[in-house]
Amino acid sequence: MIYLKLFLTFLKIGAFTFGGGYAMLPLIQYEVLANDWMGEEQLLNFIAVAESTPGPVAINMATYIGVQTGGLFGAVCATLGVVLPSFVIIMLVARFYAKYKNSFIVKNCLTGLRPVVIGLIASAIITLGYGVFFPIGISLSAFGFQFFSSVVIFGIVVVLAFKKVNPIYLILGSATLGIVTGYAEKLLFS
Amino acid sequence: MNKFKLCLSLFGTFFKIGAFTIGGGYAMLPLIQREVAEKRKWIEESTMLDIVAIAESTPGPIAINTATFVGTRAAGFWGAFASTLGTVMPSFIIITCLSFVLESALEFEVVRFAFNGIRAGVIALIVKALWGMAKQCPKNMFSAILAVGAFSVDLLTKVNVLFVIIGGALIGLSVALISKGRGDGK
Repeated sequence: MIYLKLFLTFLKIGAFTFGGGYAMLPLIQYEVLANDWMGEEQLLNFIAVAESTPGPVAINMATYIGVQTGGLFGAVCATLGVVLPSFVIIMLVARFYAKYKNSFIVKNCLTGLRPVVIGLIASAIITLGYGVFFPIGISLSAFGFQFFSSVVIFGIVVVLAFKKVNPIYLILGSATLGIVTGYAEKLLFS
Repeated sequence: MNKFKLCLSLFGTFFKIGAFTIGGGYAMLPLIQREVAEKRKWIEESTMLDIVAIAESTPGPIAINTATFVGTRAAGFWGAFASTLGTVMPSFIIITCLSFVLESALEFEVVRFAFNGIRAGVIALIVKALWGMAKQCPKNMFSAILAVGAFSVDLLTKVNVLFVIIGGALIGLSVALISKGRGDGK
């Protein structure tokens, strides 16, 4: 039953994401690939869309994966799942806030969680990056025009991102460079 | 103002916040502060800082955590319900519409080329986000070991990420308990 599966999967994702949208990435990547809901390429395409449309990135991702796998009702189930843990936990925390803030257990669990989330995102970057830079695997022919275009776009965006340029402009810029290099390759090599 | 009107107003305000912030939870915080604390006075300004701390230390999307918190404080359960629904609705509508267009758009060569570029750019954006998170993490041997450990386990094995996350929390807690035990023993 796809609806229940979507709801439970996103319930799990919502309950174990600490630190906002990108912290969710390793979990979403794992579930999406394990359930064969979409490929890495499609996932990355959509992260860009989620970043450049209004609303929380997490909700955008849940809604999209829900629609893709189970239509409109699938989207409702996935979104409800990702929201529910937050909703319940915050309702409780808002009442017992002072106690929560100074809790020994919460504080020390977080000390362990933070670096782990960082390690997991780093690992997601490696696996997703591999698919972007080496879509046909690593071989001599992998170092062609497309590889170098991707490296150049990556380099430019990293530098500009650290200069705090708005991510939407960076995504639009990457799209433009993608189109230019795509047609350049077509003209030069075919 | 009666409770129904208050909930309606919470819904409207968070709908607006959801519809006009691009880039996720953190991008939402300044708008929330202006609308919710300065204009409507649903919460005090000093609570805003606490909200960020809570949203970061509880699971789930930052935006949803914040909306639920403000809603609960302003009008209890139905307040939380109205605020959360308001935050989610714009995303839900926009993404549902977009998802039908996106797949067919990818049949055009020019869109495929654009997304080839975008994917390389998105990897760069994730690298930047990772850097920001790493900067806020305490820098010590303990953090480094956990980060490298989680990285290697995730990259080299097929262990479910969920267990890695739970493992991290448990290690953090046990190390604190052990060092506390030693401190008490002295």
